[in-house]
Amino acid sequence: MSDYRHILFTGVLLFAFAAIGTSMVAVTYEQSREQIERNERQVLRRQLNQVISPERYDNNLLEDRIEISDPGLGAGRPVTVYRAYMQETPVAAVFTSVAPDGYNGSIRLLVGIDVNGIVTGVRVLSHRETPGLGDAIEAGRSDWIEGFAGRSLGDPPVQRWRVRRDGGVFDQFTGATITPRAVVNAIRKTLLYFDEHQEEILARPAPDGAQADEETHDE
Amino acid sequence: MSETSYPEIARNGLWNNNPALVQLLGLCPLLAVTTTFINGLGLGIATTLTLIISNSVVSAIRKLVRPEVRIPVFVLVIASTVTVIEISMNAWFHELYLILGIFIPLIVTNCSIIGRAEAFASKNRLRAAFTDGLAMGLGFTAVLVTLGALREIIGKGTLFAQSHLMFGELAANWSLTLIDDYRGFLLAVLPPGAFIGLGLIIAVKNLIDQRRARRPVRAAAGETAPA
Repeated sequence: MSDYRHILFTGVLLFAFAAIGTSMVAVTYEQSREQIERNERQVLRRQLNQVISPERYDNNLLEDRIEISDPGLGAGRPVTVYRAYMQETPVAAVFTSVAPDGYNGSIRLLVGIDVNGIVTGVRVLSHRETPGLGDAIEAGRSDWIEGFAGRSLGDPPVQRWRVRRDGGVFDQFTGATITPRAVVNAIRKTLLYFDEHQEEILARPAPDGAQADEETHDE
Repeated sequence: MSETSYPEIARNGLWNNNPALVQLLGLCPLLAVTTTFINGLGLGIATTLTLIISNSVVSAIRKLVRPEVRIPVFVLVIASTVTVIEISMNAWFHELYLILGIFIPLIVTNCSIIGRAEAFASKNRLRAAFTDGLAMGLGFTAVLVTLGALREIIGKGTLFAQSHLMFGELAANWSLTLIDDYRGFLLAVLPPGAFIGLGLIIAVKNLIDQRRARRPVRAAAGETAPA
């Protein structure tokens, strides 16, 4: 009898700890969920502001997005495109392109291109390149990534949209060619895609909020 | 159970039984995160907080929890604590959270936390357990910060870079550039630099301990010391 009680007590005790622990986590999660969402949006907004100046558009860039499936752009995954309008006139599109061939896996990029095909800015969202060598693609470490703003498919000509070692015009880094090559190639592909599909990208009806967006996400 | 005195608890955590230098526990986050001073400090504070809370809770419930189930209960306490800290950091120190990334949830697997729960908190009174958590946490933080500062100075030539991630706008210009036009020393930033740096810190600690141990002996032995 006392053995039975002992086991029961221990079981109840374990259950109580599991319940208390879980409810503590649940309460904290509920309390901070909004703040976390706000943080994530703020980070995204700041990143978008770096590739396209906020004065150039007046729509809600964060919500006005579509998903594109193109094997060349997203390395097999859909690419989110944020669309900028000024008084309903298309201004630019910001692609979350992926360079699949970095030195150490994929490099995720934000590439802003305006309606004239001119790059408004490029930023690296995430990468796992070698610290001190390949990470010079980060805006905080060198100004290399700034070199793309103002360029377009004609400047330089498309066959020279490569790093110098491949006969192009963009610098590679000392000791690191693969990383910049992957980034330059991804930007060139994005520009070519935008050149071909600009009208459909910017002319599709703007989704109201995130719901329409969710639908295009499921394929 | 003999009561351990508070100064001794503090000495143990900070020096004699330092989790990172003597017990060599929690090395995975220690080596991975310490690329800068601020990263080290961030992980150090999170770990200290976890240690204090888990030690206190474990001590408070030590008479209630039967020995057969103590380990699952400790794991529950530690896992809930770390998750709460992780969510809170995501909410209030978002950018630091983005940098420390997976190493915050990994505090759960830092053996020094369940080690302290089992070896100390489950056998001692609340205040002693609290002090032990604080001392062990600070000892761990001290090593994180030292290693972070070393690697930052040698690897990048800066100190306190990105302080604003933790201290807000106030700290925007705390970053010191110690060496202008420093080209960087890659080894220090990469994982080998972490191992070498930690090895050197442990060596220095052992050297100090040896010197200390030898001094009284020499005084006692006088001229009869071996040649």
